[in-house]
Amino acid sequence: MIPAGFEYHRPADLASAVGLLQEHGEEARVVAGGHSLIPMMKLRMAELGHLVDLQAIGELKGIEIADGTAILGAMTTQHELIEHADLATAIPLLREAALQIADPQVRYLGTVGGNVANGDPGNDMPGLMQCLGARFELYGPAGTRQVAARDFYESAYFTARADDEILTKVTIPVPAAGTGYAYAKQKRKIGDYATAAAAVLVGTASASVAMTNLSDTPVWSEEAGMALANGDIEGCVAAMLAAIDPQEDMRGPIAFKKHVAAVILRRAIDSALSRRA
Amino acid sequence: MSKMHIKFHLNGQEVEGLAEPRMLLIHFLRENLKVTGPHIGCETSHCGACTVDLNGKSVKSCTLFACQADGAAITTVEGLTNPDGTLGVLQEMFREHHGLQCGFCTPGMITRAHRLLQENPTPTEEEVRFGISGNLCRCTGYQNIVKAILAAAEQLNAHKAPSSSEAVGQNVEAAE
Repeated sequence: MIPAGFEYHRPADLASAVGLLQEHGEEARVVAGGHSLIPMMKLRMAELGHLVDLQAIGELKGIEIADGTAILGAMTTQHELIEHADLATAIPLLREAALQIADPQVRYLGTVGGNVANGDPGNDMPGLMQCLGARFELYGPAGTRQVAARDFYESAYFTARADDEILTKVTIPVPAAGTGYAYAKQKRKIGDYATAAAAVLVGTASASVAMTNLSDTPVWSEEAGMALANGDIEGCVAAMLAAIDPQEDMRGPIAFKKHVAAVILRRAIDSALSRRA
Repeated sequence: MSKMHIKFHLNGQEVEGLAEPRMLLIHFLRENLKVTGPHIGCETSHCGACTVDLNGKSVKSCTLFACQADGAAITTVEGLTNPDGTLGVLQEMFREHHGLQCGFCTPGMITRAHRLLQENPTPTEEEVRFGISGNLCRCTGYQNIVKAILAAAEQLNAHKAPSSSEAVGQNVEAAE
């Protein structure tokens, strides 16, 4: 499978990368780990004139945890996230989810920024970041702005990011000590996207619940979170089932997906409650 | 599209060549450099037959452009033999424990196992299975692959103490 031809760029800093996006407009796309974009290029479902590789931009790398906030550079790979001991202590939900993404080879290259910015409803990190109340930093010609993960996704592959902006950082509030957490995912095989996946955080008086690949965007339900915060598990599941909008595809018919969604959400809730201190 | 000049370290040697930006690393390795250890299996990032080691990471060379690897250090299964050309420990253990039948997945499997043991020299069976979950084998049922990797880990660890002290001695000599 040979993609259509393009020109390759490897800018050394963010300003040059955004300059390339401005210069080439719709013809240009950025590539991070490439494990969503390159397969689409090989299938010729994505064709572009200019590929802007972000690998050399140091500003996009690194994990920092300070003052109750974790900041992940967009080019942080899933592997780096998994191996970061302090991050695993501060936000164990991130590691639990990342370990369920794809396979080891993909996790060595696949990035947090690419996973959240692509807008693929099948990706795990968008729902996860909505559950965690993360914010995304975007850098473009007009400078830097922040968008909440819960406001970022418009429809499949459409997000609040403009074509000439690059997602640079993900900022996550560290959950209070003792918060129960779980990421549960049903997939047909290693490397598959979720049939249904659920991210759950549950504290003593608060909870947050989001699900993946059950609509054309991730689904965070405030109502489901409030029900769980009040100890109403059935209310939480019912609210989430009302919020999702799965479509029939090769992973099954709608009724099956709703069934799996409820099973997976209950598993995640049970697991999160058992870990709450 | 004009071709780009691409240069990287492959199995310890500097190599270079010309490639269109759209050329995948697996094609550059096999067709331009005639390094045919990494295989083309599914071409869709699933099977792991094209796995190479790139800057200390196991990657699927069908899902990376050759130009992205410019400046990198790459190891393929050819680079895992002993300096005298005999089989390296992992390769030898795959032979001894029948870790292959048709052999198609083997270069990717061994290259992946190499990085796994670098990162985790004493894996459990479960960790081996999780660690090779990006590599498909349709012959063996994985049993003997897992055995081979565990046996290689044991051998490498048994040899570690004397060989590392030798290495220290060599470094001292070199420094003097």
